[in-house]
Amino acid sequence: MAIKAMGRREQQPATVSEDSWIEVAGLDKQYQPRRSAPTQALSDINLTVRRGEFISVVGPSGCGKTTLLKILAGLSPKTGGTVRIAGTEVVRPLREVGMVFQAPTLLPWRTIFDNVMVPAEIQKLDPARHRQRAQELLEMVGLTGFERKYPHELSGGMQQRAGICRALVHDPAVLLMDEPFGALDAMTREYMNVELLRIWRESNQTVVLVTHSIPEAVFLSDRVVVLSSRPGRIAEVLPIDLDRPRDLGVMSSDRAGVYVDRIRRHFHAAGVID
Amino acid sequence: MATTDVRDKPSPGAPPGPQPARRRFDLRDRPQLWLVPTVFVVVVLAWEYGTQLLDVDEYVLPRPSQIAEALHRQLTDDQFWGHFWVTTQESLLGFAIGVGAAVLLGTFISQIRVVEATLMPYIVAFQTVPKVALAPLFVLWFGFGLTSKVVMAAVISFFPMLVNVIEGLRAADADRIQMLTVFGASRSQIFRMVRLPSALPFIFAGLDIGIVFAILGAVVGEFIGAKEGLGYLLLQTNYNFDIAGMFAVLVVLSLMGLVAHFVIRLLQRRLAFWAEDTKVIGA
Repeated sequence: MAIKAMGRREQQPATVSEDSWIEVAGLDKQYQPRRSAPTQALSDINLTVRRGEFISVVGPSGCGKTTLLKILAGLSPKTGGTVRIAGTEVVRPLREVGMVFQAPTLLPWRTIFDNVMVPAEIQKLDPARHRQRAQELLEMVGLTGFERKYPHELSGGMQQRAGICRALVHDPAVLLMDEPFGALDAMTREYMNVELLRIWRESNQTVVLVTHSIPEAVFLSDRVVVLSSRPGRIAEVLPIDLDRPRDLGVMSSDRAGVYVDRIRRHFHAAGVID
Repeated sequence: MATTDVRDKPSPGAPPGPQPARRRFDLRDRPQLWLVPTVFVVVVLAWEYGTQLLDVDEYVLPRPSQIAEALHRQLTDDQFWGHFWVTTQESLLGFAIGVGAAVLLGTFISQIRVVEATLMPYIVAFQTVPKVALAPLFVLWFGFGLTSKVVMAAVISFFPMLVNVIEGLRAADADRIQMLTVFGASRSQIFRMVRLPSALPFIFAGLDIGIVFAILGAVVGEFIGAKEGLGYLLLQTNYNFDIAGMFAVLVVLSLMGLVAHFVIRLLQRRLAFWAEDTKVIGA
């Protein structure tokens, strides 16, 4: 069952190229703590993401990967450079963006269905149409029958899937994910990875995923962005040339192993083993 | 492990897993259901026969049977019900005014940081004033009638509610606010969708304390100067050395507080049903 795009994308300005759907140029981010020297969190980040591409950002702890995502989400101001999503300069959260957080962050007083509807409600989008879309999304992630349940009645994995539905309900052009599976156990995590690929294939979003699992990044992505630590710089952008659709079997292939090793070497070089 | 797997990974489109059957009612699961009345019966019997055995003067401590008798006498007396309704009215009116004002002021204060920073020291200072001590002043200002007791009940239930509203509106989870922000929520949407629901458990805590305080306020007001009400009746029975009658009024007052408390708890379970389960989230 394919989730159809809802027509909003056709309204994008004609000048936006599909090849530079997300454009990060010369991005700098400094934190200025009171009474001490500023910390350079991100330095000269340049990255162009194609529409429909799946990008992962990996790097040692504290390399600023979450900061990068927060800037893309319009939650954190940048110090220098430009960030554009679908042609729009990001200075505040954009309606075209959906986000999945580290924790499911569902509202405990709302049912699963009403939680998924939150973005549509905030943006005052056509209720009937988005109710139907919410229903389709919940079906896609296997939560049919749980619509009237409250978050605490669901397992962590199921809550996170509801969080993914919420990020997609307003049909965003870009999906940002901040270590969305970090809190899950290894088996649930693998399952969620496969699920995510299926959702991505069917909804065709542009995805930027922050993770500290190298195998996860290789398995999911078209390209993996490796950040170095303090200040966060792009150490390498590695295209992952594995056939799609992928299943978990692909991870035991030699080629996947080569990618994982290559990324891991960056971490070793930095003296950090993930 | 195996069970977690099943819960975590129902195959897409599969019907939801079997729900745990509603547990059959069993007295063994909830021993308090018979322990609580048992304790009551034991205490009453010990009181009844202990006072007889030790020959305690009934002007000091009347026996439960005498209190029950006095209670029956009062409950069948129209005058008593007059007093009862006066105190109920004073308490509920004062409670509504105090709590309503606290919600409005608390919301206003917590929305504007400068206002909060300016007013908080005064609020804390006023909180330490024993409000009961203001009762004579209120009687002086507002007379022997209903108004002075309503004011007393309102003032005394106002502060616990105010503090809870401010605290509750501040308690909203930062991650939830950030989540709404990402999806483009305005300030008022964040208030409505996260801050207010997050404050509900605190608001109910304030209501729970407030209603008991309101009854207290009304009774204290009546002590100072009144021609009717249960506080007035309490003084009357005292002057007449009707100690059993005093105890009967005390029983009625506690029952009033108890009923109010249970009504608020019931509302809380309906309206803030998630609060008890909050800790489970993310499990």
